[in-house]
Amino acid sequence: MTSHKGKTLSWQMKDGALELALHRAPCNEIGTAMLEELEQFVGALEAAESRASAVIVYSQQAAGFSAGADLRELYAGALTLAPSERAAGVKLFLERIHRVLNALDGSPLTTIAAVHGVTFGGGFELALACDLIVADKMARFCFPELRLGLIPGFGGIPRLKRDLGNGIVRDLLLTGRSINASKALAVGLISQVAAEGEALRVARAAAMQAGKFDRSASAAAKRFLKPIPREELRREIELFCELFGRPAVMEGLRKFVESTGAHPYLP
Amino acid sequence: MKTLEQTTEEILGLAAQHFKVPREQLAPGDDFYKKLKIDSLQALDLLTRLEHHFGVELPDYEVQGVTDFKTLASRIQARL
Repeated sequence: MTSHKGKTLSWQMKDGALELALHRAPCNEIGTAMLEELEQFVGALEAAESRASAVIVYSQQAAGFSAGADLRELYAGALTLAPSERAAGVKLFLERIHRVLNALDGSPLTTIAAVHGVTFGGGFELALACDLIVADKMARFCFPELRLGLIPGFGGIPRLKRDLGNGIVRDLLLTGRSINASKALAVGLISQVAAEGEALRVARAAAMQAGKFDRSASAAAKRFLKPIPREELRREIELFCELFGRPAVMEGLRKFVESTGAHPYLP
Repeated sequence: MKTLEQTTEEILGLAAQHFKVPREQLAPGDDFYKKLKIDSLQALDLLTRLEHHFGVELPDYEVQGVTDFKTLASRIQARL
């Protein structure tokens, strides 16, 4: 299926690149509906390997690339389960999203995330699965999970460790602070900064360039440069589930979900 | 080195321009969430613009709970 228009995302072939557009309001929160469509996209990605040379992931929402996991859905889903069953419930979701992100990470195609605005949590992790991150100068990156008593659960820590020095990884995680595109470029998190509103155009130019190369050579280089940290990814799921079962996490999620002011609850 | 007043003035000018509010309607002690009618995501956008404008890095936990322009200016001033 070379094109698809869904509720939360769409994809199409454009100039040799498979373009995945996220468009779930307000800011591409990743819940069950988006996960199901991402799983369909993985099928399209594998089918497109012989025809496409690159993949571009971007957002059509003005607020940003993605605000991350749908915490409201996560909290509501957990409330329907007994405390002892919550970790198992969230594990199923995590295993599914890991399969999607591992497929994107390991695709033989050159994958490019074109990000703008809010690129937080699970959205940041989606971008990290791509080979290149091209960022609008107004993009902002953050892992807020520890502020809610959790760790990133979509593969963020192993992929950050793969790409960055441990000092900045600790800073991002242990303070939960956000950084702008200039800082992200300085630490090597992203490789190109675009002017406001130009990230997709810049990503398309990069995809076009990547498409000129011999695909086998590009795929071999990618496998060599970017091994998937499978063991650490598996351990991350286990640790997330271990933490998720604690009452403090449900209390943090409750405060976040119930906050109605201009500023959501985040300690 | 800019004075706190200069930094505050630049913030007010930038906020007025970007959020399309007449500059004369903004004062240093104003709550920028209310005066600019912005939410937390737009506040992050403002923070990013200020970082670019002043060439500083301002961790968001340093401005957590800050709601007025003058205190925001003092946090930026500490990084200049």
